[in-house]
Amino acid sequence: MKITVSDKSMTVCLSGEIDHHNAAALREKTDRGLMKENPQELILDFSDVSFMDSSGVGFVMGRYKLASSIDCKTVVTGLKPRDKKILLLSGMQNKIEFR
Amino acid sequence: MKKPINDFKINMPSKSVNESFLRTVCAAFSGLCDPTVEEISDIKTAVSEAVTNAIVHGYKDKAGRIYIDAALYPDNTVKIRIKDKGCGIADVKKAMEPLYTTAGDDRSGLGFTVMESFTDKVQVRSAPDKGTVVTLTKKISGKCE
Repeated sequence: MKITVSDKSMTVCLSGEIDHHNAAALREKTDRGLMKENPQELILDFSDVSFMDSSGVGFVMGRYKLASSIDCKTVVTGLKPRDKKILLLSGMQNKIEFR
Repeated sequence: MKKPINDFKINMPSKSVNESFLRTVCAAFSGLCDPTVEEISDIKTAVSEAVTNAIVHGYKDKAGRIYIDAALYPDNTVKIRIKDKGCGIADVKKAMEPLYTTAGDDRSGLGFTVMESFTDKVQVRSAPDKGTVVTLTKKISGKCE
């Protein structure tokens, strides 16, 4: 994963497979970045994600909770149709922005 | 259901690092039915959920083994059973409710919902301290060999 910060937003470019095994590392790095940069907007970019199961949804849900607690908006982008289908099962479309 | 025309078995330690291998090997086995790319991804995702459940919930990250056996049928159906000898599920109906989870942060509670979305049938047999068997069934558009 790669984190870039610009102006008031922090973009997390995810890549490879997001499952239970590697979600913990993604979580730690993202949370560390969030607390350090304190952005107004967190952008989770799924463009380079080759596989995702519901652990990816858990990752988004957890990041949304933390981001909300520091008044940071959560945006999800680059989702493939299948990954979007999985994420929509959570009902999170009412809480996060899809770009 | 008629006799299977092909089958395989595998078992591995319940380590999270094995999640990728187990879902990939089940998807590869389904490849014998000439599936579409979508169907392969469906099976890969559903198996990933069942294997993760066994590791996270069944064994609660303790040491155990995941047992998978799969079969292909003449009607182009794939049946994959994912079994653990872990703690079992007290209330299967509750466990299968969308967003319900007994695990902590970052677990979405959508494992069974995803399995049901991407397969034709999900059967769960479980009881406290008796382990769990999840059976996934999916009809493939190609022809099984």
